[in-house]
Amino acid sequence: MKYALLSDIHGNLHALDACLAHAQAHGAERIAILGDLVGYGAFPSEVVARCQSLQNEGAIVLRGNHEELIQSHHINARNLSPSLGSQTAEWTHHQLSPAQRFWLEILPLTVQVEHMLMVHASADVPERWRYVEDERTASLSLDAACANPQVRYVFGGHVHHQSLYYRGAGRQLMAFKPTGGIPIPTPKHRQWIATIGSVGQPRDGNPRAMYALFDSTAEKLTFHRVAYDHRAAARAVREAGLPEFFAQRLETGK
Amino acid sequence: MKRLAAGSELDGFRIGACLHAGGMAHIYEVSYADDRAAPFEMVMKVPRMTAGDGAENIVSFEVEHQILQVLQGTHVPRFVAAGDLMTIPYLVMEHVPGLTLQQVLNEHAQQRTHAAVSDMARIGSAIARAAHSLHQQNTCHLDLKPANVLLHPDGHVVLLDFGLSCHAHYPDFLAEELRKAVGSPAWIAPEQVVGVRGDPRSDIFAIGVMLYELATGELPFGNPQTTGGMRQRLWMDPAPPRRLREDLPEWFQEVVLRCLEPEAAKRYPSAAHLAFDLEHPEQIKVTKRGKQVLGTPFLTHLKRWLKAAGMHYQPSPLPSQQIDEVPIVMVAVPHHEPSDAMLYSLRLSVARSLGLRPGARLAVVTVISPNQSSTSEHDKSETTLHRQYRTMLQQWAQPLDLSQHQTSYHVLESSDVANAIVRYAEGNNVSMIVMGAATRGLQMQRFVATTPIKVAMESPCTVILVKPSLPFERLMD
Repeated sequence: MKYALLSDIHGNLHALDACLAHAQAHGAERIAILGDLVGYGAFPSEVVARCQSLQNEGAIVLRGNHEELIQSHHINARNLSPSLGSQTAEWTHHQLSPAQRFWLEILPLTVQVEHMLMVHASADVPERWRYVEDERTASLSLDAACANPQVRYVFGGHVHHQSLYYRGAGRQLMAFKPTGGIPIPTPKHRQWIATIGSVGQPRDGNPRAMYALFDSTAEKLTFHRVAYDHRAAARAVREAGLPEFFAQRLETGK
Repeated sequence: MKRLAAGSELDGFRIGACLHAGGMAHIYEVSYADDRAAPFEMVMKVPRMTAGDGAENIVSFEVEHQILQVLQGTHVPRFVAAGDLMTIPYLVMEHVPGLTLQQVLNEHAQQRTHAAVSDMARIGSAIARAAHSLHQQNTCHLDLKPANVLLHPDGHVVLLDFGLSCHAHYPDFLAEELRKAVGSPAWIAPEQVVGVRGDPRSDIFAIGVMLYELATGELPFGNPQTTGGMRQRLWMDPAPPRRLREDLPEWFQEVVLRCLEPEAAKRYPSAAHLAFDLEHPEQIKVTKRGKQVLGTPFLTHLKRWLKAAGMHYQPSPLPSQQIDEVPIVMVAVPHHEPSDAMLYSLRLSVARSLGLRPGARLAVVTVISPNQSSTSEHDKSETTLHRQYRTMLQQWAQPLDLSQHQTSYHVLESSDVANAIVRYAEGNNVSMIVMGAATRGLQMQRFVATTPIKVAMESPCTVILVKPSLPFERLMD
């Protein structure tokens, strides 16, 4: 089975559609959205609607920290200098219908399919949103997930970059920087944890959207970078009156 | 896995004779069980260990399993099929005919002979070309040794056994945080001893060890059994091969000892450079390294020992990127009534191309027509003509600062200039051709393919076409 793994869409409909089209062209059979559907971007309601219909067709959709952040509508009332993030969270709150917000609120934190555990952040404490950003934190997440002997793969997002960690010859995990578009053999007799990057807000200096395809039969994981109309996405952020910083971020990928 | 019986079947293959029973694996001749004709002869490699015997035993088989499937070209056995690693691990690949370099060495040892210098240069360049082809595919072999080098009857080399190799696109299962030495003690490069995996220059070191062995019958660093013994090569130079074998030319020692430099940065920057030298020995600039017969003084070794004590792991960039940064640049210099402006512009373009790439090598080439030389007149004899043109090329290159670039000069004879340039570029792994754009025939170009157009169309690499122009102040003269 070929899984398309997408995370951190952040209201970027242009990027989401580009990745979904790319995944479909590459034979993806099941979609998994690993959280942070909203926040920062100009199309939260459209993205949620798209993910709801994907879910109806069998897609996995998980909850991320931004799904919690947008629940409260008076984040900034008591804060005289709200952060850029909480400014967009409040804006996003008002863009979504109560039904959409409720749907986001009750999304699951983790799901296990075949030998995979999917989670937005770290599998040991999913509700605490800890970053998986190095060998040590990757190990905490992987060890917790692999307490279930069925699990050989942990896939997550949250950190907005693409990394793969694996068990090499030693006891500690090894970090590996993947090259886009290259299928990496990930045999299931080993244990693997990957952060699949961000669809809607890349931060590594390359504006292309990130996602990954996992072929559970061939046991191969491919990280992808997908070009999309990031200028149009940035323009929409400006037109919505959201902070200029988030528009520039889409243009530069930083 | 227990030994397979001849005549038995496994996954659609019929097992034949066991060709090799090594410490790690058995190798069997195989054919298709349904008697389908195979496009080439096949062997099956089956590891002795299975997953049940502990994961670490099977890791190198897993690495080969992964890498052999993606390597291409004539320098690796063609991949046919692989069994599931966890249940029936095996690899089926092409059975390449020929002798291993180890068999050649054994033969020499038995006969008490040494390989001829010309044979060693030929074998050495064939190994270097094979290694370069791997490096271009982002793979470092990391276990080059005579048993893994197969000399194909047609002259090219096929590399075997990728169990310790490293492909930059895949996680390296042999790497670990403690950075252990992984390799065969006699041929392992110094940086591999401290746990560096993935530097193509490690393979160049191993080629140096094999050439040393082929020339002298001895191993430059012996066959150490401990990490301490292996660490010696971090600072120690081996005895100069000319001390062990007097008839070795200085250029040969220069090549071998350059491969064996303890610091990777002092070796050939790519295997293509090494192949180039072995194929053009007359162009090698022999330094003290090639001439010495006494060995390295104690003080030098001591200094290096101190430096080596602090040597530690550093990650390597992608091999293909690393070798792209040290290209072989070829410039085609016209010899027939060239304009000053053209010669000047070619020089400027070469200077720019080399300036960005320290370590790049330059091949200065001109193509003369074969009927220019005459066997009867002395002034037109082949050697005299070649010497004249070579001098012309050297004069052309004089103003260039070539201190950081190995440079060689070549006079080619051919009636088809474009074809000669393209063949030369192909044959020497040239990465970039610089040549004049031939503006004179420009109007005709639509109808007749001029030399530069033909080169640009057929060349295996980048071509820079230079338009003649002189700097302003020179035009004022």
